[in-house]
Amino acid sequence: REDRGRSPQRDFHILFVPRRSLLCEQWLKEQGVLGSFIHREQYSLDLIPFDGDLLSMESESAFKECYLESDQTSLYHAAKGLMTLQALYGTIPQIFGKGECARHVANMMIRMKREFPGSQNSIFPVFDTLLLLDRNVDLLTPLATQLTYEGLIDEIYGIQNTYVKLPPEKFAPKKQGEGGKDLPTEPKKLQLNSAEELYAEIRDKNFNAVGSVLSKKAKIISAAFEERHHAKTVGEIKQFVSQLPHMQAARSSLANHTSIAELIKDITTSEDFFDNLTVEQEFMSGIDTDKVNNYIEDCIAQKHPLIKILRLVCLQSVCNSGLKQKVLDYYKREILQTYGYEHILTLNNLEKAGLLKPQTSGRNNYPTIRKTLRLWMDDVNEQNPNDISYVYSGYAPLSVRLAQLLARPGWRSIEEVLKMLPGPHFEERQQLPTGLQKKRQHGENRVTLVFFLGGVTYAEIAALRFLSQMEDGGTEYVIATTKLINGTTWIKSLMEKLEPAPF
Amino acid sequence: LKESKRAVNSLRDIVDDDDDDLERVSWSGEPVGSISWSIKETASSSTSSLEGRESSLQKSSSSTAFPKQVSPYFLSNLFKGRNKLPSFQSLSDALSDTGVKNYAPELRRPKAEYKDYSSDWSPKDTVRRMQRGKVCSLERFRSLQDKLMLLDEAVAGHDGNVITAVLIFLKRTLRREILFRELEVRQVALCHLIHFLKETGEQKLLLDLLRFLDRTEELALSQYREHLNIQDVEKRREFLKGCIGLPFSAEDTSHIQDHYTLLERQIIIEANDRHLETAGQSEIFRKYPRKASILNMPLVTTLFYSCFYHYTEAEGMFSSPTNLKKTFKIPDKQYVLTALAARAKLRAWDDVDALFTTKNWLGYTKKKAPIGFHRVVDILQRNSAPVQVLQEYVRLVEDVETRLNLATKYKCHDVVIETYRDLKDRIQLTAYKCKVERGSAEEEKINSILNNT
Repeated sequence: REDRGRSPQRDFHILFVPRRSLLCEQWLKEQGVLGSFIHREQYSLDLIPFDGDLLSMESESAFKECYLESDQTSLYHAAKGLMTLQALYGTIPQIFGKGECARHVANMMIRMKREFPGSQNSIFPVFDTLLLLDRNVDLLTPLATQLTYEGLIDEIYGIQNTYVKLPPEKFAPKKQGEGGKDLPTEPKKLQLNSAEELYAEIRDKNFNAVGSVLSKKAKIISAAFEERHHAKTVGEIKQFVSQLPHMQAARSSLANHTSIAELIKDITTSEDFFDNLTVEQEFMSGIDTDKVNNYIEDCIAQKHPLIKILRLVCLQSVCNSGLKQKVLDYYKREILQTYGYEHILTLNNLEKAGLLKPQTSGRNNYPTIRKTLRLWMDDVNEQNPNDISYVYSGYAPLSVRLAQLLARPGWRSIEEVLKMLPGPHFEERQQLPTGLQKKRQHGENRVTLVFFLGGVTYAEIAALRFLSQMEDGGTEYVIATTKLINGTTWIKSLMEKLEPAPF
Repeated sequence: LKESKRAVNSLRDIVDDDDDDLERVSWSGEPVGSISWSIKETASSSTSSLEGRESSLQKSSSSTAFPKQVSPYFLSNLFKGRNKLPSFQSLSDALSDTGVKNYAPELRRPKAEYKDYSSDWSPKDTVRRMQRGKVCSLERFRSLQDKLMLLDEAVAGHDGNVITAVLIFLKRTLRREILFRELEVRQVALCHLIHFLKETGEQKLLLDLLRFLDRTEELALSQYREHLNIQDVEKRREFLKGCIGLPFSAEDTSHIQDHYTLLERQIIIEANDRHLETAGQSEIFRKYPRKASILNMPLVTTLFYSCFYHYTEAEGMFSSPTNLKKTFKIPDKQYVLTALAARAKLRAWDDVDALFTTKNWLGYTKKKAPIGFHRVVDILQRNSAPVQVLQEYVRLVEDVETRLNLATKYKCHDVVIETYRDLKDRIQLTAYKCKVERGSAEEEKINSILNNT
């Protein structure tokens, strides 16, 4: 309204991204400014490509809406996104799923296909299988601290839309002969995706394996630069010079990642990180999940950040299929007394989401699930992994195990365990027009699109990529999700907003 | 890591580039100037074919064509259904770059004009139109039956926006009791309405609805949530008092009760202390002026405050720590930790001592703690306690290894010596001699032990 007064010639347009919301318009109407907008449009962004094998809707509230508020609008948009995908890359012949939301999305897809028969197209299907997974089938994985390079960057600094902001001190160029140049105060912003060779190589590795890759790379680059001494003829020099931009890029990439790795190492070698990780791993391997944990109590007493506490108690609850009432009450009381009674609202949300709840059936299913799906692997090899458990240095993400077992030998072999996990599991087939049935060549991989409804972590993505490049794995994976998450952003989205709303 | 850092730094000298402050990166993610970028630039085939419904399976090496400049003309193109999707640089060769229309089914229908709405759309068609974002008047649906059909169609369509729009209409045009009754059997619509009411802050209607549905706990929590919007402390206190009778779960009821009681006490303490501060008579407030008010602080913070400023007060006073402990049933562990932290900050070592000293029935004093003594040492050390004080408590650490670690770390020589003596470890004891000052009492002590055993 102010603006209008200032410049009456100006036209105001409003563009809703990713989609218009009636609530928004309603509010604008109440403020009396709805009519001032000449154009009201929406720019639909359903699935946004983040990398060659990664798509995300970046819908932060999807998990909260689906599981706390029973509002399945984001699933509707997921289904629409999948329809667009099929229009471009062909109908997906097989759909597997586990979870209520998965079932819902599959139903919507089938209905949409039925209602728009004209969308049948003549494209060879790129995807053989679609796997829809509810986040609440695997509540454990996002709570644990990720241990891949990219996962740690996200946990510590937060990756936003493939960009990360880092403390600038280590990135200041040290020019020789110049006195103390002013240290930059702006955080250093870096883009992280697979177009950067070095990053593509190290992003999915366990952090402990990154150092040796960087030092090898350093040797290679040094040697390459040394070549300039060997270049004698004009031709050789010319060749060297033409390589120079590439080498410079490689060198700068190495510099950046060496600095980032140093920053991360400072954190991972700290006592607190180690203690936290120890407790996490104890819970995940099933140790002492039924009593109040000393480390958690100490952290509450020392008033560590609330989200850290919540992640740990939720992890314990999930690994115990819910906490004994006494233990739960004890934690709740300590948290409320230390951080404030208003957090009762958040604790209520966490209970509703199934993350921090009392044990209802008196039975703990987690050990059975853990053993049958081999979720805890003692002999993990971080340098040259042979199993997906390397991404958490011992714990294999439940969701990725399900995907792995689906491909081989199939879910029939784990029927019992599947029943212990929430939600139905199902299989659907979509008819392909004749002539498009793809015959797999010998040695050709199947392509599976795994859609995480409610969020996915970088560690899970790394695990799926690991499966893709396994020698005779037989399947390549493309990942889609409603949002890229880590434990902290995920729990935060479930916390009750404690400041009064701005309007 | 050190190796690569060294290599990187040495390379800096060789390579003479100044402009790596800005890493310019093209939209497809390649750093501008890199080999891969230049290859893609020169070898790009045409990408902006807006026709071409078939996506070729050949590998195409064109770069992405995401528009950076958003011109109004281009925007209108987008609305007409011609989206460009960026290419995938994927692992699998099958995915290739396509500059293709957006095929979401509804966009392929001709987009009708805004002005065009006939007055005869059926509920199903109305919902369809709304899903496509077109203006629709719902006024025609007058009878209850029509309205319910419309709602059911909206729910079947799954688009939350449309469902909310229909609910807004129904909320306006239906009697409350009827709306509630109908929604009771329509779970999805009900959830949407609840969410809507929460977002728009229509608290009264929300509470009525929850009451009607007999969702008592949710009702209680919803009402409790409102306290966050009350800034004035007195009003908030009143409000919280009103919350106590609400149908919370048993555990939660006690927490709400505590919340009210705590705020009530805090108001009294705050008023009192502010008075004391301005009067300037109280030493502690003069030496350590308060940085913030105690209002709305969590219980443990309040306890710390009380141990800091009001430690010696009698239990009858609201501001005394013992009163807080009793009223809120604060467990010993928490109490001792907090009191310790507060007294240590004030360097009141005698008070710290008294916390852990108990007289047994024979009249002998001994020290014990509901928390491990290593924790005590930790807190004391963080508050720069003098070595003599630290030493007392390091001595009490039960676990020998921890005790040795702490003693060595904090230079509590006597404790180290005594422990090695008790372990009868001559080698370590001799080795420790070099850690103490020559000619000091500690050195003498070591020598006398070594000589006498």
